[in-house]
Amino acid sequence: MHATIKHFFVITYLLASFFLTLSHASIETYQFDNPQQEADYKELIFELRCLVCQNQNLADSNAGLAKDLREQVHKLLVEDKASKQDVIDYMVARYGEFVLYKPPVESHTLLLWAGPLLFLVIGLIALLRFINAQKNAPDEPLDPNLKN
Amino acid sequence: MKKQLIPLGIFAILIAFLGIGLTLNPKDVPSPLIGKQAPTLELQQLKFNKSFNTHDLLGEPWVLNIWASWCTSCRQEHKLFNQLAKQYSVTLVGLNFKDQEDYAKQWLKELGNPYKLVLHDPEGKSGIDWGVYGVPETFVIDHLGVIRHKFTGPVTKELIETTLVPLLEQIKQEQNL
Repeated sequence: MHATIKHFFVITYLLASFFLTLSHASIETYQFDNPQQEADYKELIFELRCLVCQNQNLADSNAGLAKDLREQVHKLLVEDKASKQDVIDYMVARYGEFVLYKPPVESHTLLLWAGPLLFLVIGLIALLRFINAQKNAPDEPLDPNLKN
Repeated sequence: MKKQLIPLGIFAILIAFLGIGLTLNPKDVPSPLIGKQAPTLELQQLKFNKSFNTHDLLGEPWVLNIWASWCTSCRQEHKLFNQLAKQYSVTLVGLNFKDQEDYAKQWLKELGNPYKLVLHDPEGKSGIDWGVYGVPETFVIDHLGVIRHKFTGPVTKELIETTLVPLLEQIKQEQNL
């Protein structure tokens, strides 16, 4: 009985891993004219957000939109000979800055960029104050009545 | 005593931020196309075997509703568009998106057709130019061909009454100036 259950799990596991590999393999393969184009393509699909599955980039996502956008990125690079910046501008013009995982540093994104640094500074100040307070704390004598 | 209240204060601020975050709609991404010239659509019509160019609509405001027969929330808003078409005079253009022709036709037969014309885009190629990332989406285009508003997701009774119709009225007034 136990052996059958074990077998069942092993088979399920194997089947599952088989299908998982299949779904990974469904990401399309594209032809490029030169290695630079391919490198640009790879960088772009990592930097652009899939808008239906908002916490994934185009490279990660199997959504229909992500597939369409990958195809469009490829077309722009290879057929239209667009530069990396051209592709970024093209996407921002249609989907807004939200499509970028790395938004440009501008006045309205300043808090986003400076935020982590701000928290680091606040943390450091708090830490230094804490250390100083410890250092300057007077030695408090123990209760003189404590005896063996 | 005061020092003990600091964590409570920080906690309250955190809760306030999380509360604001919960009420925001993450799908409501502002469209950069608002205020810009609408991209031209030239597509085959669903019913008639000829193409239509949306450039021909210049001079009057129109509403572009992107839908598909496989989209369940389109079903909800479709009833509202049927009502709107009956009560209010506006050019409603349907864009049938990534859909099969016979399914789309069947859908219109079943649920009614509020559209003046329906364009058919089985591949969804037009979507990228319009920044479409989900169905349904609805755009309001004014008489000058400028995109004035975008509804992401299904429109509701409230949205039609408080946003769509007042905007169309405003455009009509601008048109008469």
